This record gives sequence, C-alpha cells and structure tokens, in this order.
Amino acid sequence: MSFYVVQFLSGLASAAALFLVASGLSIIFGVTRIVNFAHGAFYMLGAYVAFSLTERLSGTLGFWGGIVLAAVVVALIGVLVEMLLLRRIYRSPELFQLLATFGLTLMVEDLAVLIWGPDDLLGRRAPGLRGAFDFFGQAIPTYDVLLMVLGPVVLGALWLLFHRTRWGVLVRAATQDRDMVAALGVNQKWLFTSVFALGVFLAALGGALQIPRDAVNHTMDLRIIVDVFVVVVIGGLGSITGAFVAAVLVSELNAFGILIFPKISIILVFLVMAAVLIVRPWGLFGKPEAAARQTPGLAVQPWRPLSTQARLAFIGVLVLAAALPLLGSNYALIVGAEIAIFVIFAVSLHFMMSVGGMASFGHAAYFGLGAYGVAFLAKLAGLPMIACLLLGPLLGLFGAIIFGWFSVQLSGVYFAMLTLAFAQIVWSIAFQWVDVTGGDNGILGVWPAALVATPARFYWLSLAITALSVVVLRVLVFSPFGYALRATRDSGLRSEAVGINSKRIQWTAFVIAGTFAALAGALFAYLKGSVFPDNAGIALSVDSLVMVLLGGVETVSGAVVGAIVYKALSIWLVSYTELSKLVMGGVIVLLVVMFPKGIVGTFDSLIESGKLSFLKRGSSRATQTEGAE
Amino acid sequence: MRRQSGLLGIVLAGLAAAAMTTGATRAAFAQDEIKIGEINSYSALPSFTEPYRKGWQLAVEEVNAAGGINGKKLVVVSKDDGGKPADAVTAANELVSSEKVVMLTGTFFSHIGLAVSDFAKQKKVFFLAAEPLTDAITMSKGNRYTFRLRPSNYMQAAMLADEAAKLPAKRWATVAPNYEYGQSAVAVFKELLSKKRPDIQWVGEQWPPQGKIDAGPVVQALAATNPEAILNVEFGPDLVKFVREGNTRGLFKGKSVVSFLTGEPEYLDPLKDETPTGWIVTGYPWYDIKSADHDKFLKAYQAKYKDYPRLGSVVGYEVIKSAAAILAKANSTDTDKLIAAAEGIKLGSPFGEITFRKSDHQATLGAYVGKTAVKDGKGVMVDSVYRDGKDFLPSEEDVAKERPKD
Repeated sequence: MSFYVVQFLSGLASAAALFLVASGLSIIFGVTRIVNFAHGAFYMLGAYVAFSLTERLSGTLGFWGGIVLAAVVVALIGVLVEMLLLRRIYRSPELFQLLATFGLTLMVEDLAVLIWGPDDLLGRRAPGLRGAFDFFGQAIPTYDVLLMVLGPVVLGALWLLFHRTRWGVLVRAATQDRDMVAALGVNQKWLFTSVFALGVFLAALGGALQIPRDAVNHTMDLRIIVDVFVVVVIGGLGSITGAFVAAVLVSELNAFGILIFPKISIILVFLVMAAVLIVRPWGLFGKPEAAARQTPGLAVQPWRPLSTQARLAFIGVLVLAAALPLLGSNYALIVGAEIAIFVIFAVSLHFMMSVGGMASFGHAAYFGLGAYGVAFLAKLAGLPMIACLLLGPLLGLFGAIIFGWFSVQLSGVYFAMLTLAFAQIVWSIAFQWVDVTGGDNGILGVWPAALVATPARFYWLSLAITALSVVVLRVLVFSPFGYALRATRDSGLRSEAVGINSKRIQWTAFVIAGTFAALAGALFAYLKGSVFPDNAGIALSVDSLVMVLLGGVETVSGAVVGAIVYKALSIWLVSYTELSKLVMGGVIVLLVVMFPKGIVGTFDSLIESGKLSFLKRGSSRATQTEGAE
Repeated sequence: MRRQSGLLGIVLAGLAAAAMTTGATRAAFAQDEIKIGEINSYSALPSFTEPYRKGWQLAVEEVNAAGGINGKKLVVVSKDDGGKPADAVTAANELVSSEKVVMLTGTFFSHIGLAVSDFAKQKKVFFLAAEPLTDAITMSKGNRYTFRLRPSNYMQAAMLADEAAKLPAKRWATVAPNYEYGQSAVAVFKELLSKKRPDIQWVGEQWPPQGKIDAGPVVQALAATNPEAILNVEFGPDLVKFVREGNTRGLFKGKSVVSFLTGEPEYLDPLKDETPTGWIVTGYPWYDIKSADHDKFLKAYQAKYKDYPRLGSVVGYEVIKSAAAILAKANSTDTDKLIAAAEGIKLGSPFGEITFRKSDHQATLGAYVGKTAVKDGKGVMVDSVYRDGKDFLPSEEDVAKERPKD
C-alpha cells in the first residue's frame, strides 16, 4: 500500500514541474493567441542561467536567490523578444507567430551550446533537500515534497493574481474577448508584454527548479515543449486550473501506467489527449472559442485563377526547372528532387490550411504512412516501383480517412493538437512494432527501379509529379468544391445556412491533403532508399508548417515558394555551416520581420497596394488588403 | 495571381543557378590528395561528437605528417547529419557525387549508420561506420561495403555478462531506453547471462522513452520488483536523472548494478560527486591506462587540445587511422580493392592491435570493464581491465546464419 502512495506522490512531483511550464504557456496563449513554440527554449534557458548563478552564489539564500533570479533574467529576455519581435507580427495571419518563435528556438539551441558548452551539466542539489523521508519503508525525496507543495501554491497565487488584481481582471477579460478589451481603451501593448513576461517567468522557473533533478543540456527544450502543449490542450486553452488538473492526470497515468505497461510512456500523453479531445472538444476546462469578429482579410482580396500569361510563365519556369539536368551536377539533381518532393508535401498542407482553414500539426503522419506504404509493398510484397508509387499512398489515404473524421469535428488549435496526437500514434506504431516496421532501425533497401535510378530521371519524375500535384490542387481551389471549402473556412454558420455540409467538405479536403502528403512520402522513400519512424515525426510536421507559413498562408500557392526557400536553405546551411541552427533561426526571424504575411503574401499585398507597381501588369482592381483591421 | 508565378520563376531560376554553380566549383579534384567523406551528428549530439571531431583531426594531422597515404595528402570532408537519417543520405550523396570522396566514414546513431550503410551498398561505396552499436549493421543487415569500428552491442553485452555471471544475485531487473539500442542490449545481455546462469530470474523491466525518463516513478517501479541486481542501459541526461533519483531513494543500496557505457567520460563526468560507486561498467579510463600505445595518443591529444580525451576522441582518431591504413594497403581508391584490403587488415590503436574480421567486417577494438568510484569529487573507473574485442565477437556460425550472403 505504501508503495502506491509513494508512486502517487512521485507522480505529483512530476506534475508540478509540468504544470509550472504549462501554466505559462496557457496564459500566453489565452491572451495573445500566440502558439509560443519558444516556451521550451525559455524553460531551458531558465535551467542554464540558474545553473550558472547557483554555481557562483553560495548557501541556502544563494541557491534559492539564484533560482528566482534566473527566472527574472529569462523573463526580461522574454520582454525583449516580445517588444522587438512579436509586436511587429501580431497582425499577421493566424499561427504566423509560431514561425517566429520556432526560429528563436533554433537559435537558442545553438547559442546554449556556444555559451555553456556541449557537455551535460550537473546542477547543485538544493541545500538541506538532498535526502529523502522514510514512508513505511519507501523513500520520498524531500525535494519532491517541495515541488508537490509548490504546484498548488503557484496555482493559488495565480488565482489570486487573476481574481484579486485589476491587472488580472484585464487579463481574464482579454482571454475571453480581446477586441472588446481593446475597444474599452485598455493599452493592449503593455498588457501583452506583461502577460508574456509572466508566462516566460513561469517557464524559466520550471526549468530552474529542475537543476537539482536533471542534467542541464541543449535538448531540454524539445523534450518538454510538446508535452506542455498537450497538457495545456487537455486542460483547455487559457485555463490555469485545467492545466493543473491535466498535468496531474498525465503524470499519474504515467506513474501507474509503467507498472503495467513499461513501454507506455512513449505514447501515453498523446493517447490521453486524443481521448479527451474526442469526448470533450475544448479540453477538460476549456470553453468554445468565440467566433472571430473581424472580417477575414481574404474576403477583401478574393483569389483569382491564373491569367493566360501567368500560365505561360508557369510553364516557362517548369521548362527551366526541367532543364536542370543539362547543367547541374548529380548532387544538384538529388537536392532538386528532394525540394520538389517537399513542394508536394507543403502544398498539400497549404491546401488544408489556407483553403480549408484547418492548420494541422501532424501532417507528417500521412507523409510517413505513404513512405511506409511503399516500403511494405516493395519489401514485403515485392511489387515493382510503379505499383508501389500508385498503391503506397493509399495507406496515407486510409489514415487520413480515419483520423480526418475525428479531427474535423474540432477546430482551431484543438484540431491542430488532435492531428498531432494522431501523428504521434502513427509514429509510435512505426517505432514500436519492430516485427513489421523494423522499429527505429527502419526498412532499408527501398531503391527506385532501374528505369528512373539515375539522378536526372528521378529528378524529372519528381518534378513531373510535383507540377501535376500543384496544378491539381489549384484546379481544386477554383472548383465548386474549392468554393464550398472556402465558404466553410470563412463562415461556418453561413455556409451551413446555404446548404453546405461543412464537416463532409472539410473531411474530404483533409483526405485529399493527406493523400498528396502520402504521395510525397512515397517519392521520398525512393529518394532516400530507406524509411524510418522519423518520416512521421514531429520535426517533419513542424517543417511542413514552417514552409507553409513562410510562403504565406493567405495565398493560393505560397507554399511552393516557402518549401523551396526553406528546404534549399536548410540543406545548404547544414552542409556548409557549423552553426546551421543559429543561422537558420536567424534567417527565419529576419524573414518574419521582413515579410509579415509570408514571402508570397507580403509581395502580393505590396503589389496590390501599388508599392511595387512595376511588377503589376494588367490587374484590373487594386483592392485594399488591410481592410480587416 | 500571375504576379505570384512571376516571382516563383525568379526564385526557382535563382535557386537552379545557385545549385549549378556550387556543383561546378566543387568538382575541382586534385591529383595529389585523397578525400574521405565523414558524416556525424555534430549539431544533435555535441557532447560526443566534439571530442570525436578532435580525435579524427589529430589523426589526419599525424597521417599527413608521416607522409600521407603513399605520398598523397589525406583530406577529410566532414558533414553534419543533424541527427536525421534522411539528412545523412543527402550528405552522403553530396560527398560521393560532388566531393568525389573515395570512402565514407562516421555516424553515431544506429539508424543513421544503417541508412548510410544501405546507401553504400546501393552506390557501391566503401563505408567505415564509427560509432553505431547496433548488431544489425554487421549481422542481419550487413553488406560487403560496410565495416564497423566500435565494439558492437553484442560484444559489450558479452563483456558485461561475463562479470555479471560472477555475482551472487539471482533476481535481476532491467532499465533501458525504449528504442533499438536499449532493446537489443537488454535482449542480448539476458540471453548470454541466462545461458551462463540458468538460476537467474528476470523480475522486472522499465522502458522509459529516450531523453524523456520520468525518473522518480521509474526508480520506484524498479524498486517494487525487489531485485538483487539491476542492468542499466540509460545514458546521457537520462542516466543523470536516473542516478540522482536512485541515489536519493536508495535504489542502489545493497544491489549490484551492471551498466552499459557508463564508464565513458562522456557519461561518467557529468555525474561528478554523485557518481554511484561499485557499478560494473564498460568505458574508457584514460587516466588509468598504462600502455605505450595509449601514452603516445594521450600525450599528442593533450598537447594539441589542452584537454583530456573522451571515448569519442579515441573512436574518431582510430576511424581515420583505420581508413588511412586501408587506403595505404589497397594502394588504390577502387572500392573492391579497398574491401579486399580492409578484410583482415591489422593495425595499431591506442588500445593495442586491432583487426577487421573478414566474415562480418567487425573490428576487434575492445573496451575497458571496471567499477565506478568517486575520487576527488569526480566519477572514475577503478580496477579496469581491457577486454579485447576478439574474445567477444559473435561466433562464426552465428555470422554465417544471420548475415545475408553477398
């Protein structure tokens, strides 16, 4: 019996650490609607700064002073980030801030190694809290007791802050309806800055408190960020109590789950999230999001199909690209094929995000399913390449049919997180089902047929499929189906009123996008010759989001440019620089500031508003894009 | 929307031009040098790969100071794979098609090593894997183009199982990261130990995800199975968390612990004064090795870098020394001749003479087995003995059974 009590308490201590970080994320999202990908980076910085401070300060006061001071220092860094970077892009399309914080995360990872070195660092133990209590023969570490107490204390303090101060009232009001708060004359700038600072403070404090338990290292950020998102979503966005309950739920299920299924940890949080979201679409304590009040910017500048000249230009570009084998080296062709494949992948997500208004955080699931589909057919069934390329993506199609049906019942960030959960389930099946998938050692030897084995031929094949995919998806955008899809995106109520079955339309779009992603994955398997669980991993899902956002969400085919720029840049940087993440992150942050609507989106608005009139040939209407604000 | 496609054209054309020029300028190929391509997870795993890089840079310097490879200068072109197999294949493509390297070396993670070895097989390139531990790379997924330097999972397990069999403990529990490396380490160790000691019971196992151990509950769960001995395969930050929780909760008191790789400075040094004592580990006690071969390496390394070597340094150093020896023996850059030269080649190493076995292309580089202790607030290995890899290789029958015929 005492064992179960201690196991429960161990779970509570883990929950406290998770809650601190999650509460910060929840507050930031609630008020500013920023999906703060850099939250893990702030957590890690908190640990690193606390390590440096506690090494220098001595005694009990020095230790705890160092922990708090570290959180304050990192919160100040957060303030700088908010004022210098995020303030510039609050008016950007939805989720665009994710791109900026993703760039920051990349930079912080390399900077941490530069400043603190590559070795894992062992932080000090808390003075006087090294040992453990004896509880009927079971040990309870004293530091765990401190954490167990700290969790509810922070929860209580936040409750008081939000319910007993004017600032807290404003924050709660902004969480519910920030346009109304702005209309009432509250200075939003400083409200956002202070909320961001508080959120970052909590993340850094969570990190700093880990140093007596953990080894400080440069992977701490990614280790926690996804789990924290999951906790926030299970609890309900913007709900602090929800975050607390979710943290306890997840930690306890893990603590007891491993007693029965020792391998459960790898997927547990995602299973819990999927289950919660299917039953409660807004999380445990969340409320439905109020319908967006502002007119979508898109409605003001309607999309138009390409003119004849533009089509000719497109064909010209295609011919140019097809001429690459005459000039480029084999390596250039291999990179070209990889970029082409990522164009398909990005365009498929773009179709879902910009046309369907459904941002997926787990698009790699279908890419991975396509790749595994090909690998199974080629290795287990021994089918020829053509058959594999045609049939392999069907696995992605089936996946999209099942996962899509559940996902389209939700919207916004909840939709995104459910897709993430499904992607993680796919990933963990690929990872765990060693007999079939080979586990993390993957499936080897998936090489293309002799007919297209040369780099030039494979490049042409990829380019042809890419061009075809882009054209098909564009045709769909301007088809009656595309109009119906855009209607569900712009106004769910009105589209239902005119007789559109919005869920079915969205589901269809989800399946189309998933199938094209699977096609990209199928080609990718042949390009690389092997398939690994990575092909369905979070990193790849994030890459696809970054490509779409970089190109511009509010465009018809911006993802094409986003994919080319991002993929070419990352291949080049990894090959030619030592600090590829630092440079890549810096470039992304710069691009975000320079192109606050994405690369293509920003050029579009500049042309529309007449600032780049020399590029404008024969456009009949100059419409105002900023009408939304 | 034509504006968009115009822009797209500019971007595409610019990109194509950039790709072409890089392809053209890098094709320059000097007759009096030999290029080796090297790939590793530099950005994903700096704590291991930084010392590794220093090791191979030292080796390149030594090889060239001694006259290069039959008079030609040895050049190593190094690429980062970012910890992703797909990026490693891109890098391998670049090294082979643009840099015109004569062989590939490196890699750390098992799945990346496998991806590159499959690439090597497909493109018929010589590949000398440095770090990946998975048995598959020389056994079930082995191929004639791939060789491996470090003692494999099987070999490390065999070394540890020898020691474990001497312990009185009968009830064993295991904790390992939940991926191929952890799974196969536990499986092989269990099999070998149970063979030697049929009286042993396996009472519990824990499989926390790699990098994300929730150490408190894991330690409690292990303790609940009441084992007399524990096999640990955790490493890196997970090991630190596991050890800290285990120490605080008294998990290791009165129990024997056998642990993979924990004696390597990369993993032992971060534990500082919290290093648990008396664990039986494989590792690299650089401070405690008395041999002329190692002294020479240690002096050269410390003189160049003002730092002590980690195991990664030895592996990096030896991988380039091996590559150079193979190239010199083959006196050719032809892949078939390189393979012929590498099979059975004998050469020196900081740990003494090694050879690459013909049947499975595994090197006989060994490891040190000893016990952990704390000295002056630092974790060290004591009573270490070198276990020569040649005594722990998988049997020729197993190789013949598992390894695909070429």
